Amino acid sequence: MNEQNIYIVRCGEVALKGTNKPYFERMLVERVKKSLKDIENTEVKRYEGLIYVRTDKTTPQMDIIRRVSKVFGVASLSPAMECASDIDAIGEAAVEYMNNIIKEKGIETFKIKAKRADKNFPITSPEVARIVGAIVLKGCKVLKVDVHNPDCMLFVDVRHDKTYIFQDKIKGFGGLPLGTNGKGLVLFSGGIDSPVAAFMMAKRGMRIEAVHYHSYPYTSQRAQEKVEELARILSAYCGYIKLHIVNLLPIQEQIVEKCPEEESTILVRRFMMRIAEKIAEDNQCMMLITGENLGQVASQTAEGLVVTDETVSMPVMRPLIGMDKIDIMDMAREIETYETSILPYEDCCTVFLPKHPVTKPKSSRMADSESKLNVEELVNNAVKSVEVVHIGC
Amino acid sequence: MIYLDNSATTRQYDEVTDLIAKISKEEFGNPSSLHSLGLDAEKIVKRYRKDLIDKTNLKRITFTSGGTEADNMAIFSAARKYRRENKKYITTVIEHPAVLEAMKRLEMDGNKVAYIPVDSEGVINISALKEEIDKDTAFVSVMTVNNETGTVQPINEINKIIKEKAPNAIFHTDAVQAFGKMRLENINADMISISGHKFHGPKGIGALYSNEKLNLLPYIVGGGQENGLRSGTENVPGICGISLASSMSYRNFDKKMEKLTSLNEYLYNGLMSEVDDIRLNGAENRLPSVLNVSFLGTRAEVILHTVEQEAIYVSTGSACSSNKNGDSHVLSAMGLMHKDIEGAIRFSFSEFNNTSELDIVIDRFAKAVKRYRKLGSYR
Repeated sequence: MNEQNIYIVRCGEVALKGTNKPYFERMLVERVKKSLKDIENTEVKRYEGLIYVRTDKTTPQMDIIRRVSKVFGVASLSPAMECASDIDAIGEAAVEYMNNIIKEKGIETFKIKAKRADKNFPITSPEVARIVGAIVLKGCKVLKVDVHNPDCMLFVDVRHDKTYIFQDKIKGFGGLPLGTNGKGLVLFSGGIDSPVAAFMMAKRGMRIEAVHYHSYPYTSQRAQEKVEELARILSAYCGYIKLHIVNLLPIQEQIVEKCPEEESTILVRRFMMRIAEKIAEDNQCMMLITGENLGQVASQTAEGLVVTDETVSMPVMRPLIGMDKIDIMDMAREIETYETSILPYEDCCTVFLPKHPVTKPKSSRMADSESKLNVEELVNNAVKSVEVVHIGC
Repeated sequence: MIYLDNSATTRQYDEVTDLIAKISKEEFGNPSSLHSLGLDAEKIVKRYRKDLIDKTNLKRITFTSGGTEADNMAIFSAARKYRRENKKYITTVIEHPAVLEAMKRLEMDGNKVAYIPVDSEGVINISALKEEIDKDTAFVSVMTVNNETGTVQPINEINKIIKEKAPNAIFHTDAVQAFGKMRLENINADMISISGHKFHGPKGIGALYSNEKLNLLPYIVGGGQENGLRSGTENVPGICGISLASSMSYRNFDKKMEKLTSLNEYLYNGLMSEVDDIRLNGAENRLPSVLNVSFLGTRAEVILHTVEQEAIYVSTGSACSSNKNGDSHVLSAMGLMHKDIEGAIRFSFSEFNNTSELDIVIDRFAKAVKRYRKLGSYR
């Protein structure tokens, strides 16, 4: 019927915004456009609180769905059929739509649900459903109505001049459009947690940069490959990610040599925070983000968090703080970082892991230990040696 | 770059690269085609196959996709032949996974498989083998040279024992690490596996030599190429490449072996004098192309990554992990403890190495080990 495929994109929370709504909507349209920028002949338009994406008929649906559903701010989307808001035209379109579905999926029963956004439309919603249902029954001989458990639920959305017919509502992640909420720097280990933490902040509209620490040659280069791969997966949601890579080995060597073994983990953690804050300041990031989770490991006890926090003045966001590991893992699977995160490289060498790390570190003890080190110089040297990798554009 | 990981793979001879390019461009015919282009390709395959034939005393060569397929083919062909009889299969604990995993498969299918242990130098326990072989034994597979230690197995002695105690049993040897590094004309076995990229040939091509009298059942079927033993369009450029590489690696062979022997000794002596607490893993009777050494009190993977920063490439006896699961099964079978395996480095040489490279290697290893031990001793 039409030479284009059309998709209805529903905004989630963006729609609830007050006077700022146009700004958020505009940002969302921009994001949707950007996610489709290398696909020719696509059109993204905002109209009556919805976003409509039109593409060539030949552009694979799965491709559009995969991309748009990853845009933050999108609540759901549906591949749809468009026709004139006229009961005969709607009936005709519905028959064509159902015939396609019968061909593809071999369904036997259906139900129609109609909605009038345009209350001036002369027929009420239940009436529309009844009339269109009758036309479909006549046009698609194999189909029967089943109002309780239909194989296919067909939605008819009657709007001002056009009507949209669709079946699936593919869920997006919701949230707010990227770039509406500043920029943060995530401490990105390559484990399961930090990508999820970055995702959660980005979902609220925050742009993301990342810093990764390694101890090469005590860790393998494959660990860095893995971190880059994770950033690549994330960039499908978060867009461009500037990844800062820092070798901590010089600091670790000093710590091992001069400080008590059981404090080494938490001391290293303190250095990571200090270095991250510097990098954040240099790159206009307003806050630090970590994948820390209360009590998960020795350095993430309440006491541990207190002594890592006190090394920086920048706010530290810990979006996973109250989550259970199992929920974090589920989320990692959902955002498709899990399989990469569990690749084994990163915990390759345990040389620097103390056998019995201190779980209740005290600020005064930390200060004592650090007085044996030239903290400022170590941090500055680390910042100077940063290597930057640009991920996704 | 100082490349000392020649047991993993080797740099392809330039002549081989050129030949492959030339054949790929000019002789792209399918040997099975009826037209003259196909015939040309067939002739080329025939010619290069002939060049390989005198490298062992077995007269049938079946080309495969590499060493793994050659090993699999030997084992699964034999197993198919004896599938209705309750037969026994014998191998060693130090084989390459291409053999061990295939044997495991036979076990899963209900066959009896025996794994012969090795001594502390990695040499097969002959008396255990003698005890295990009986008239029900259908198939024995023992590698010619071990890939991690270079230890050479007494193949002819094993063959003799097999032929006495189980005359009908098939004897296969995985010579992937031996070919091109020792003469194989006098090796007595019924089947021999080789792999192109281990002797400066191309990747993706290998071969199984076999006794023509052996009636084998194919395990890859299709168009019936390679006399029905291995279907699939012949890898014409690969066959040319592996054949030329074999000829080149056996050229001036004694001289090359002398060189490898002196390199091996040079490195070992150098490390012995510059680094404390190291131990040699493997036998006196080892191939000069391999030197396996444990730097006690270190983790080999860290040492590997330290020296790779100066473009020195070696290999380890253990995938670095905090538990024993990453340990080399070969070194474990030789009775090494986890702490020794952890620090095991394998150096493997080729004709392209020289002693001035080794001076650098000795120096960098001494430094890397020292740096590691300084941190380690803190523990």
